[in-house]
Amino acid sequence: MEKLLYITLFAPLVGSIFAALFGGCKKNILAGIVPSALLFIGTIAALIQLSAVLDGQVISATMFEWIASGNFRVDFGFAADQISVVMMCVVTIVSTLVHVYSIGYMSHDEGFNRFFSYLSLFVFSMLVLVMSDNFLGLFIGWEGVGLCSWLLIGFWYKKPFATWAANEAFIMNRVADLGMLVGIFIIFWQTGSLKYTEVFALVKSIDPAILSLAAVFLFIGAMGKSAQFPFHTWLADAMEGPTPVSALIHAATMVTAGVYLVVRSHELFALTPDVSFFIACLGTFVAAFAATMGLVNRDLKRIVAYSTLSQLGYMFVAAGLGAYWVALFHLMTHAFFKALLFLGAGNVMHAMHDELDIKKMGGLYKPMRGTAIMMIVASVALAGIYPLAGFFSKDKILEVAFGTHHYILWAMLLITAVLTAFYSFRLIMLVFFGRENYKEHFPSLHPHEAYWYMLAAMSPLAVLAVIAGFFEHSLTALLEKAMPIFHPHMSTDTVMMLIAVTTVAVVCSISFTLYKYNKGGFSAELENTFLYKLFYNQYYIPEFYNRFLVIPYTKLSEFAWKKVDLKIIDFVVDTIALVIYKSGEKSRHIQSGNLSGMLRWMVFGLLILIIFAALYSPIK
Amino acid sequence: MISINHYLILSAMLFAIGLFGVIRRKNLLMLFFATEIMLNSVNIALAAISYFTHDLTGQIFAFFIIAIAASEVAVGLGFLILMYKRMGSLDLDNLQIMKG
Amino acid sequence: MFEQLAFYVFAGLTAAMFLITVTTKNILYSMSSLAAGMIFISGFFFILNADFLGVVQIVVYAGAVMALYAFGMMFFDSAKETNEKIKNPKNIFIMTVVIAVLIVLMISAPITLNRPDVSMELVQNMQNPQAIGVILFTKYLIPFEMASLMLLIAMIAGIILAGKKMDISATTMDDENVNMETFEEFKLTSEPKEHK
Repeated sequence: MEKLLYITLFAPLVGSIFAALFGGCKKNILAGIVPSALLFIGTIAALIQLSAVLDGQVISATMFEWIASGNFRVDFGFAADQISVVMMCVVTIVSTLVHVYSIGYMSHDEGFNRFFSYLSLFVFSMLVLVMSDNFLGLFIGWEGVGLCSWLLIGFWYKKPFATWAANEAFIMNRVADLGMLVGIFIIFWQTGSLKYTEVFALVKSIDPAILSLAAVFLFIGAMGKSAQFPFHTWLADAMEGPTPVSALIHAATMVTAGVYLVVRSHELFALTPDVSFFIACLGTFVAAFAATMGLVNRDLKRIVAYSTLSQLGYMFVAAGLGAYWVALFHLMTHAFFKALLFLGAGNVMHAMHDELDIKKMGGLYKPMRGTAIMMIVASVALAGIYPLAGFFSKDKILEVAFGTHHYILWAMLLITAVLTAFYSFRLIMLVFFGRENYKEHFPSLHPHEAYWYMLAAMSPLAVLAVIAGFFEHSLTALLEKAMPIFHPHMSTDTVMMLIAVTTVAVVCSISFTLYKYNKGGFSAELENTFLYKLFYNQYYIPEFYNRFLVIPYTKLSEFAWKKVDLKIIDFVVDTIALVIYKSGEKSRHIQSGNLSGMLRWMVFGLLILIIFAALYSPIK
Repeated sequence: MISINHYLILSAMLFAIGLFGVIRRKNLLMLFFATEIMLNSVNIALAAISYFTHDLTGQIFAFFIIAIAASEVAVGLGFLILMYKRMGSLDLDNLQIMKG
Repeated sequence: MFEQLAFYVFAGLTAAMFLITVTTKNILYSMSSLAAGMIFISGFFFILNADFLGVVQIVVYAGAVMALYAFGMMFFDSAKETNEKIKNPKNIFIMTVVIAVLIVLMISAPITLNRPDVSMELVQNMQNPQAIGVILFTKYLIPFEMASLMLLIAMIAGIILAGKKMDISATTMDDENVNMETFEEFKLTSEPKEHK
């Protein structure tokens, strides 16, 4: 059984190393096929493990003892319990499909081999994150995915904005990781161990104030990884990377690591209701905030990125309100349809020769039928229409909010759902239907569909986006073995009413969008209103960060460099060298070739020796 | 009475005179003379110690020193003559080829 | 009493002679006073019952070594007064005095404080030369052989340094070929090469 664990864990690493061997060579198709094949094997192993843990057992394995110093003991241990297995399956399935897609997407890129190496390395880090059985292994995986995200966002490193975005992502994550480290320290300080099983057994006996502190700090780490406010600006800028990267990392896996952390530590968060409520409120705020920014944006990938941000907010609401299984469920369904959306966007970009402005597209339905259909399916799932997957998970979250009597949260989430439906279908309408704007901007462009195997890679995701909702009961049965399943107490009538309200609102929104954009969209004067400007510029938050954080810090660094480093430290080092050099020059004259002078030095040396001999002589 | 200390002090004095000559002299030949003085002073010390401890080792030592000094003079003078033929003078300051 | 008198006389004379050696500007005076000093040192040896050593001192030093120096002197321009400039005479004096004092302290300390053990007892019924002969050829045989080897090396070095032409052997040539060109190097009136 442990072999399956190791296979799942190390298959992507082997694939990464294999592709890395081709790092300096020209594009070699083998460097794409082998990692994909290895990942497929990993997926099979993960699915086998899924069936193995259905009855409640946990597969665990310890590779070796890692740190043993004093009271501190940490092993390289892995455990596939029910929560991990869900994550593992999601990660491996989406990764395999994205790998196959990338063979086609990156086929004309000269960094082909390097890309697959980085991508598989990322999958490995993510698997370490979800499969580790202690907080330190989680942290290792955490940092690993941060690193791979940096490598992949800045993949086209010759583009200056890409490297800037990569640095922004990494640095923002790093700042948040400080919070997570402090949280881990507090946990170790209070419980004396970092292994999940041991920590959660002792968590009830910790002083609640300190426990809240630990929870807050852990959540700060989650905020960084999952791009919650105020650590959210990196996600939109991370779209500089290739589209498969956005699909894998910024939709399905890395940004969900924060949610995973909260779900994994549910026993901790369950004991600190204030912190959990704060998480829920922050999640709601982010959901609404991101949806408003997605309303007006013109960049194809950025709209989808804001949609991801919004859905992450939803997941945190569920986790904050105590329904951890719902968060995990929404994570699962969201991974499928969001990855599908990104991959479709990648097809569109390729067809439009990397043009991202949706106002310059239009009428692409005819040349790109397959992509269009899949993206429509994904958008319907995102909007939450029965019977697609999004309906089940999103409506569950709204139910939970209503059922725990947080009506304001429920109202905001409902409004956000309306906005979500609006901007998703705005995207569809502007890209695939309507006037063919690209003909006047790029007269020689003839968009065509993507390769058949890229569409073949996307199709399992489409299927899953449709049917994943029906796994709700199996998921609940599975997760019951690992954590308490929260169902809000409401009568079936209330539930039905809620569903009806939500569905009606969403359907109205969709029809409005379709109608409006069929008629040609909104008037151009709308672009000059205050709200539009506010949303379009992301509430001017990036400028704020730049003015008040980046520029002063840069000035401080310059000061430290010029005044402290150069003048003080280098000065000391240079002075030492200068002293030695000068003393060497002065004593050069001892060996002058003048016999008389040398004899004198000899006598002087003799004098010194005799003085020492007389001082230290044993005969006194 | 003459004790060993007298001889030792005398030997040290002569050694100092020789050392002074070594340091002070600029003519190469006179440098050799000063070296001879130092060797002889050591001979006196050795002989004195041998006398006062009734041990013949000191005298044998002095004997060998004389032999060595003689051979040193022979070879040294040979070098000196060659040097004079080459350099034209025996003043140490003029013999310096290195630039220091 | 005679011993004391002899000691102080010889000590004073030796010191005076050596001082002349190291201070005079005339090279001839320096050499002569060195020879005189050697003789007076041999006087010391006789006081100390080291007869053999005293004789060897006179024969080797005052006879052979000084003769060597005298021959070497013939090559140099000895009428010229040597001109010596010293930059810091004070340093030299101080160094010398301090070294002298320290050497005295170091040498006298072990002897006056405790008696070292005797390794070769003097047999009373032998004269000094006999005693020296005995231990020279028994205990100090190896240094003796080494010294003779070294003297051989010195001799060879001296011959090579003299620079005689080795490829021409005057004794094996016919009589009419032997003329003054063969012995050109030994001309004493040749001018030494000037150092540029």
